[in-house]
Amino acid sequence: MAAQVITITSGKGGVGKTTTTANLSVSLALLGKRVAAIDADIGLRNLDVVMGLENRVVYDLVDIVEGRCRLRQALIRDKKLSELYLLPAAQTRDKTAVSPNQMVDICNQLRPDFDFILIDSPAGIEQGFQNAVAPADEIAIVTTPEVSAVRDADRIIGLVEAGEKGPARLIINRIKPDMVRRGDMLDVNDVLEILGIDLLGIVPEDEHIIISTNRGMPIAHETGVPAAQAYRNIAKRLLGEDIPFMVLGSPGGFLGRLRRLMGSRPDDR
Amino acid sequence: MGFINKLLGREPVGSKDIAKERLRLVLIHDRTDISPIMLDALKADLIAVISEHLEIDRSGIEITISESKGHSRLLATIPILGKRSRY
Repeated sequence: MAAQVITITSGKGGVGKTTTTANLSVSLALLGKRVAAIDADIGLRNLDVVMGLENRVVYDLVDIVEGRCRLRQALIRDKKLSELYLLPAAQTRDKTAVSPNQMVDICNQLRPDFDFILIDSPAGIEQGFQNAVAPADEIAIVTTPEVSAVRDADRIIGLVEAGEKGPARLIINRIKPDMVRRGDMLDVNDVLEILGIDLLGIVPEDEHIIISTNRGMPIAHETGVPAAQAYRNIAKRLLGEDIPFMVLGSPGGFLGRLRRLMGSRPDDR
Repeated sequence: MGFINKLLGREPVGSKDIAKERLRLVLIHDRTDISPIMLDALKADLIAVISEHLEIDRSGIEITISESKGHSRLLATIPILGKRSRY
């Protein structure tokens, strides 16, 4: 069966697109799927370092487009997972080095050999974004529970719908359960109510993610870590499984409010 | 009284309610190109017209624009206290 192309985008930078792409790619590969992860962030490539493959980059996306190598030569096999490959972005060029049609071509060449192609979109709504969404069968929008990220996600939803690429699904990243319980962070339902799209997954804020990125080994390889579980859950949903969403810091209703007002600490995670 | 309201969940407890309200307003503008200033002016005019006929609870008025399938829709929730005595 031909691969499904999923583009991970956000509008705002720094909300976790690259981390999400790396971890979903690893999670899908761990579930036995053949996965190609494409870094579409030409000029600001990072998927290679997050996946720990920066030392193996020889050719990149622009080399393929400009005919300096064949597609297969640019694909880097993961260190641990034999069915996971990275197609790195060029670092010394800009977004105009590739066109949306060329991205569609590259994905079409890859489709027969993979189950999933995940594209890490650059921030913004300009050509880099257009390149990343052009080949997409499905779009996952990453946001954090903050006003700026949610606002930008809304803009992206509008663009995705206008481009008839929808319906996009939402990944809410970096939820802090303690802050949600205090009423100081938008919760999952708040964000869904504001944006009006379907939820694909929720990922708790977790310092293990920084540690794993430091090591170049995505957290999805680990077990017993909530964030890793969150990525596995999303991967299974992409496979069509019906996986319940994690409950992260529910407001606690009447009793929760009472406890907060009485100044007692809410139950810990 | 404030305490009771907070307890019953009638009043914002944390800063997220402020975030939600601000997002709601800014997204109306982003989605429809209708500025918050224009929406405020519209709200004031609506209140003036409706107040001629009905007694309304000004603090409970909510005016928003929702968008679905390319159509914008003006939604006004205006709590009525009673009709004007001249009727």
